[in-house]
Amino acid sequence: MDLDALASCFASPACLVTQTTSGLIIGMLLFLVAVGLTLIFGVLKVVNFSHGAFYMFGAYFAMTAYQLTGSFALAMLCGAVGTAILGLIFERAFMSRVYGADVLMQLLVCYAFVLIFDDVVRMIWGPEFKSMGMPAAFQVPPLFIAGGVVPPYYLLLIGVALAAAVVLGLGLARTKIGKVIRAAAHNPGMVSALGINTGLIYGGVFALGGLLAGLAGALAAPVRSLTPGMGFSVLIESFIVTVIGGMGSILGALIGALLIGLIRSFGSLGFPLYTEGLMYLFMVIVLVARPTGLFGKEAA
Amino acid sequence: MTELQAGEGAQVLKVPRIDARAQRYRDVLIALVAFIVLALLPMVFGSKQLLDFVVRCAAYGLFATSLNLLVGYTGMISFGHGMFFGLGAYGFGLMMQKTGVPIPVAFAATLAITFLVAAVIGAICVRLKEIYFAFVTLAFQMLIHSTILSWQSLTGGDQGLRGGIPRPPFLGIDLSRPMHLYIASCALLVIGLLLMRQIAQSPFGYTLRMIRDNPTRASFIGIDVWRAKLVIFVLAALFASTGGMIMALFVSGAYPEFAYWTISGEGIFINMLGGVTTFLGPMVGTALLLLLNDTVTRLTEYHGIVLGIVILFFAIGLRKGLMDFIVEWFVQRREGANG
Repeated sequence: MDLDALASCFASPACLVTQTTSGLIIGMLLFLVAVGLTLIFGVLKVVNFSHGAFYMFGAYFAMTAYQLTGSFALAMLCGAVGTAILGLIFERAFMSRVYGADVLMQLLVCYAFVLIFDDVVRMIWGPEFKSMGMPAAFQVPPLFIAGGVVPPYYLLLIGVALAAAVVLGLGLARTKIGKVIRAAAHNPGMVSALGINTGLIYGGVFALGGLLAGLAGALAAPVRSLTPGMGFSVLIESFIVTVIGGMGSILGALIGALLIGLIRSFGSLGFPLYTEGLMYLFMVIVLVARPTGLFGKEAA
Repeated sequence: MTELQAGEGAQVLKVPRIDARAQRYRDVLIALVAFIVLALLPMVFGSKQLLDFVVRCAAYGLFATSLNLLVGYTGMISFGHGMFFGLGAYGFGLMMQKTGVPIPVAFAATLAITFLVAAVIGAICVRLKEIYFAFVTLAFQMLIHSTILSWQSLTGGDQGLRGGIPRPPFLGIDLSRPMHLYIASCALLVIGLLLMRQIAQSPFGYTLRMIRDNPTRASFIGIDVWRAKLVIFVLAALFASTGGMIMALFVSGAYPEFAYWTISGEGIFINMLGGVTTFLGPMVGTALLLLLNDTVTRLTEYHGIVLGIVILFFAIGLRKGLMDFIVEWFVQRREGANG
């Protein structure tokens, strides 16, 4: 424990800025993964235990695309769209078979794919750590805000994630497709009776979740190292985020992700060995106080 | 789960015709025979591999069967049951390394610690529903895992408990000799299974089944659902902890992997593999998974793919465990024969 370091950080604006931005990028990446998870749960009532694998594939797709084309924008696109297609196939071919079955079966199918996907990545890209490297466009001197160091790439990352959050929030609230998705979450039988193809919606929601997780992976690729199994720690953290924020709530996912990001970044100063433990502790506290999470609906 | 779905899955409970006491004698008899067979096994097949396999089966089997008390009998899908496995291994290992008390004392003390921890964690978790229960137990599992990793001065961090666990002889039993460890593990396994069987067949066991099938109705007829769930959560934790202690004795150490979530995942998978509707299903699943793991890791480095495909076969293809499948097949055949 190193509370002095934490206290002195709060006293210095430079340290505060640095830690807050690093907390924000952790939070934003987590948000992109967690919002897909929460959306899939909200509409399909399925907990996609293999969502971390989508994040992993997003990162690997982006790396390969970047190495082939050298274009950062194309890399992002490949990461996101490639993973969306993967999500669609996964849902139509496998998950759709266990919707009626109990939670155990769904968890098992996902568990099987966590094992399979990790090995597939190991086969294609090898077991060692990979790195995509920072794109040339962002190899510029960092910005200094109040004395704190902020790499420009961080700003882009936060911006893209925020834009995704706004588009998603508005899309669900305002557009026709958004309304259909919300209706399907509420009463799939009725939506189906009104002549809407619910299978298409389910596949679409899974693809959307895959797209967001893939985007998160692609955005993370330049700043994190890539390894098979990288999805799992992200998955556990996004579970914590969704549970804290409340399953099915997008605003909850955003707030939960930012809280966890900040806890991680400031916690690593004050409790360097127990950062992970802090998150679990926080989740336990929230759940004891509010079993359905901060923004969850009461007793569904 | 809606009322309608609950109604579909529920079966009419058959009141056991056989006198409960007769059934208990039968169980004890089966247990005795099983123990004698296991104890005589080394005389027929002396291979060290087989003995090690049985000891591992005992450790994981106790763990998996206790998980089935939660998953199969009560309908509580715990994704953190492995924490008690890890707690047993670490509690016992530390007790032996730091205090040097006799093994039975360390055994009892570890059970006492598990009891306390499980009571506190259970009190928080068991009021949560299905998926939330699964996650919060998972979170506690990870909390314990990260505590083990970060408390290096006590637990050795990611290196685990090293230097071996001292195993001083007691009452003429010397657990540092493989043969004694083998017999002791078999005894613990058989006693553990017998006790769990008694729990499952007791009136309390039938209360648990009712809670699984319809908790609302159970609470309407005056059952304290929260308390019943807490009791079985703690009991299951004690058996899982015993499994962990066997494992610690076997490897003469304890490693953070024992408390990692994958242990819980494997436990769920074992239950699935063997089947949750029969009492011995998890034991069959344990033997299958260990065999599968051993063969697959020997044949290929990509054992995740193979295991994954096997899981998919059971989850999507068979939709039930092996023992469920066999039992149903028998029942159908018998009914077919009777006309």
